[in-house]
Formats: sequence, structure tokens, C-alpha cells
Amino acid sequence: MLRLPSVRLGGLVVRRASAALSSPVRMASHGNVSLSHSEVSQTVDMSQPMYWDRVDTPLPDRRYKDILTDSEKSLKQKEKGPWAQLSKEEKIALYRMSFLQTFPEMKQRSDEWKTVMGGIFIFLGFTGLLVWWQRIHVYPQRPHTFDPEWQEKQLQRMLDMRISPVEGISSKWDYEKGQWK
Amino acid sequence: MSLPKPLMRGLLGKRLRFHLPIAFTLSVVAAIAFKYTVTEPRKKAYADFYKHYDAVKEFNSMREAGVFESVRPTGE
Repeated sequence: MLRLPSVRLGGLVVRRASAALSSPVRMASHGNVSLSHSEVSQTVDMSQPMYWDRVDTPLPDRRYKDILTDSEKSLKQKEKGPWAQLSKEEKIALYRMSFLQTFPEMKQRSDEWKTVMGGIFIFLGFTGLLVWWQRIHVYPQRPHTFDPEWQEKQLQRMLDMRISPVEGISSKWDYEKGQWK
Repeated sequence: MSLPKPLMRGLLGKRLRFHLPIAFTLSVVAAIAFKYTVTEPRKKAYADFYKHYDAVKEFNSMREAGVFESVRPTGE
């Protein structure tokens, strides 16, 4: 299976390239192919009724097999009569004429989530590298107001001004003893 | 091969009859909980703060700390 630990060291570029190249191959093996066998090329004529296998929209615009053999055509004629006369194999054959996959086949779980999670972590890691570079080469100097000495003076001034004396910061300071409560 | 006919009607009504009372009850409970965990303690905190609040004493402490621009500490 496609295993990609999210290691953020050198050599990541090599791994990422191989993942990008190999992932199309992996996708084909995930089992969620929905092209009907009557379509030869990759381009689909969207102006014609389409076939699909979907759990949420279960009835496609057309039957799966549009071109029927003679035996299939005669079965379709038999379908026009009482269905109790159809054998189990005939019913299954009729189903397979209309649909490529059954519901259990459609709902089969695949390993696509591993590819997805791997891709997510790759891009998160790459973004981390970008942010790191940005911090070194783009960000301006840290404001002096973040220095601990300045922060202490700032807090002392807030307490002197009695900021939030009811439920906030000044309410937690004991003014008589000069310490936190 | 013959399954019982599934429910065809009244699905939304059934869901609402089940979930609406729960939703209303939970909303009311949330409001009551907020009242007694947040608003009542807050009202009490403010009442207690102002019960023994001496504005002049606080003003003088702040003045001595040097935070005002209109009055400087008594020493200067």
C-alpha cells in the first residue's frame, strides 16, 4: 500500500515527486471505476443519456447495456410477462443488463482514504516549510513591546489603572499585599 | 424475496414529533444553565464589588501610581 510518513526533512521533494507520479496508478486500483464498457475513449458525450453507478441517485438515464444480443432481447420480451415465470438466474441476468454494479458492490470500501490523508499531510508539511522560510526571510523584527521587561511594566500599568476590577485581571490582584490573590 | 412494504409517508412528521420536544427542552435547559452559572454569579460579583467601593480612595491610589495626566502624584 502507499505508505507516506509525514517526515519534514530533506528528501521530501523526492518522495513527493514519486507520490505524484504513482498516485494515478493507485487510483485506478481503488475499484471505483464508473465508466461503462461501451465508452471507448476518455471523453464522454454529455448530450446523450448517461449511465452511472451512484448510491444517492440510483436510477441512471439509460440501461447499462444498450446493445443487446438476441438472447438478451428474447429475455427482455419474457420480462414483459408475469415475473413469477422468470428463474432466479434470469432475474439476475436482467439486473446485470440494466446495471453494472449492485448496491453492495457500489458500497465497497476502498483504500482511497489513505491516498487522501497522505496527500493532505504532504501539503501540510510543504506549507510548514513555506511558513518557516517566511518567518526567516519575510517577517519584520519582533516588536519591542513583546519583551518580558516591557510586558511586566505593561501589566503593572494595567493594575494601576484598575483594568477589569470586578471579574477580570485587577480583581485577581491583592492591592494591600501587593501579590496575586 | 417478499419484504414488508417500507414506510412511504409521514417521515418528516415522525422525525419532528421525535426531535422537536427534545430540541425545545435542551434549549430551555441551556438557557437556565447559562442564567445560573453565568449571569447570576456576575450580578453578584458586581453587587459585592460596589457594596464597599470607595471611589475617592481608588482615585487617590491611581493618582499615586501616576496613571493620570490631569493630576500628578502628590509628591511632584
